[in-house]
Amino acid sequence: MTEINYVFETHGLNIFYGNFLAVADVNINIPRHKITAIIGPSGCGKSTLLRAFNRMNELVPDTHIHGEVLFEGQNLYEKSVDPVEVRYRIGMVFQKPNPFPKSIYENVAWAARIHGHKGNMDELVESSLRQAALWDEVKDILHSSGLAISGGQQQRLCIARAIAVKPEVILMDEPASALDPIATLKIEELMQELKQKYTIVIVTHNMQQAARVSDHTAMMMLNGGATRSGTVIEFDETNKIFTRPTDKRTEDYVTGRFG
Amino acid sequence: MAKKTANGLKQDKDPARPLLNLKKRRRPGEIVIQSLLFFTGFFSIFTTISIVYELGKEAWLFFRTPAVNLLEFLTGTKWQPHIEEFGILPLATATLVTTAIAMAIAIPLGLAAAIYLSEYASKKMRNTLKPILEVLAGIPTIVYGYFALTFVTPLLRSVFGNDIVEIYNTGSAGLVMGILILPLIASISEDALNAVPRALREAAYGLGATKLEVAVKIVLPAALSGIAAAVILGISRAIGETMIVAVAAGAGPNFTLNPFKAAETMTGHIVRISGGDLSYDSIDYNSIFAIGLMLFFLTLTLNIISQRFVRRFREVYE
Ligand SMILES: Nc1ncnc2c1ncn2[C@@H]1O[C@H](COP(=O)(O)OP(=O)(O)OP(=O)(O)O)[C@@H](O)[C@H]1O
Ligand SMILES: [Mg+2]
Repeated sequence: MTEINYVFETHGLNIFYGNFLAVADVNINIPRHKITAIIGPSGCGKSTLLRAFNRMNELVPDTHIHGEVLFEGQNLYEKSVDPVEVRYRIGMVFQKPNPFPKSIYENVAWAARIHGHKGNMDELVESSLRQAALWDEVKDILHSSGLAISGGQQQRLCIARAIAVKPEVILMDEPASALDPIATLKIEELMQELKQKYTIVIVTHNMQQAARVSDHTAMMMLNGGATRSGTVIEFDETNKIFTRPTDKRTEDYVTGRFG
Repeated sequence: MAKKTANGLKQDKDPARPLLNLKKRRRPGEIVIQSLLFFTGFFSIFTTISIVYELGKEAWLFFRTPAVNLLEFLTGTKWQPHIEEFGILPLATATLVTTAIAMAIAIPLGLAAAIYLSEYASKKMRNTLKPILEVLAGIPTIVYGYFALTFVTPLLRSVFGNDIVEIYNTGSAGLVMGILILPLIASISEDALNAVPRALREAAYGLGATKLEVAVKIVLPAALSGIAAAVILGISRAIGETMIVAVAAGAGPNFTLNPFKAAETMTGHIVRISGGDLSYDSIDYNSIFAIGLMLFFLTLTLNIISQRFVRRFREVYE
């Protein structure tokens, strides 16, 4: 048996909000244990595409998709697939840190508990916080509120919380956009650690960040048609996207000449 | 005059530089609105204080009479003004029974309705159901009273037997009171649940939580202070509810916890006594103010307890 190298494959993926086609015809493969960045101007559908990977979009009423998103070879949008199972295996970190209004410990333990975690909870909490590079900062205040720490720490808490359920993939939607450069750097270093064990897909507005952290980059752009739908115009190794892009629009965007 | 500043640059005071106008300006509109708001706030406080004063004054006349003493008032099991027995317990237990039954109905059902509306119902469903619920809360309580007497009581009697359930009973009044209070609790709790940020729900869903887990373990605790407020308001409403108990619960003090027996609540007693021809300054007349004062302290205590409770358990999400 050969290992499948792609965690996700999308085939002709179209995502709608009501009648509005927000993301049109996306065909990309997300490689395993790599960091894939999604970049592009505001409103081109980056978050929408990202949220299609763990069926988060359907929490918004009236959304639907055409096409396929294969996760480990299985179509996530098959009728028989339970979105709860999908999200259990594909974790998410949001743009704004959103810890639960519970203790730091409980933030990490909560999801493991609802999924019936059998092992030692203290160990799980510690190892998750260590992986998120937060343990040393919070080990003495585990029982104070998850909201009583700085924004950067909160975001790492959210990463620890995502790790605690042992997902295969972590989706991150501009995880550092609300943070200062030092906290951002911490998150970026953390991502390099995490990719040993997890596949990461990250949406970012920050070109340098995409260039620094990711292995592959998907460039999204409005397709220029009357529907104003976003699509992936170029998908390649990050290196290539930033040095030798094939599409003129990508080149303009990554060099900052995009109007 | 040149002064050195932190970055080494000199700061000069230029005599020719015209002064900007930074003077305080008068804003008469602001002052009017502010005083208006102050007076409305002040007025409600003033009203409350006047009510307490009036209650206290008349109650004082009652407790001052030689036939009454405070200990007997609080622990006596007979309320029979004509033989000068003033023990509030029979009235208090009746209030307790009706309130407990009402809340046993209204809290779980009201919360369930709130959770359904805020977490499960589609937007369209919610926008239809919520106004209906609120209309339900606006039905005159006398209607509920006769609903208890002519519908619920016969139902109880046919289920449990005519010899067990009396024609007037606290159970049926309590049940109907629960139905009356349910929309109140549902509506306020729903507001509290709805106010919980979407980001929290998304965080939980993103971890693979089910709808029920999100609703009960994330949204509900985060909305706890609003829900506690709803419950307290509900209890206060139940304690103070008069018409239903006056019609359906019974017209005579009865020291019992049995919900199938007739008994008169504190409010029921007040309304019956004050409906008859009472002379001012009689001991009977003053006694109803003492009951009123008790009601006031009861709700006050409840409010204080609930505030403690909320401060202790609520999850602050901002
Ligand atoms: N809940 C929604 N309902 C309707 N339309 C939506 C919704 N969310 C997003 N859209 C629309 O879909 C398009 C893509 O939005 P999306 O949030 O995916 O963009 P984005 O690339 O993530 O933008 P940003 O960089 O600003 O976060 C936009 O035109 C947006 O207006
Ligand atoms: Mg976005």
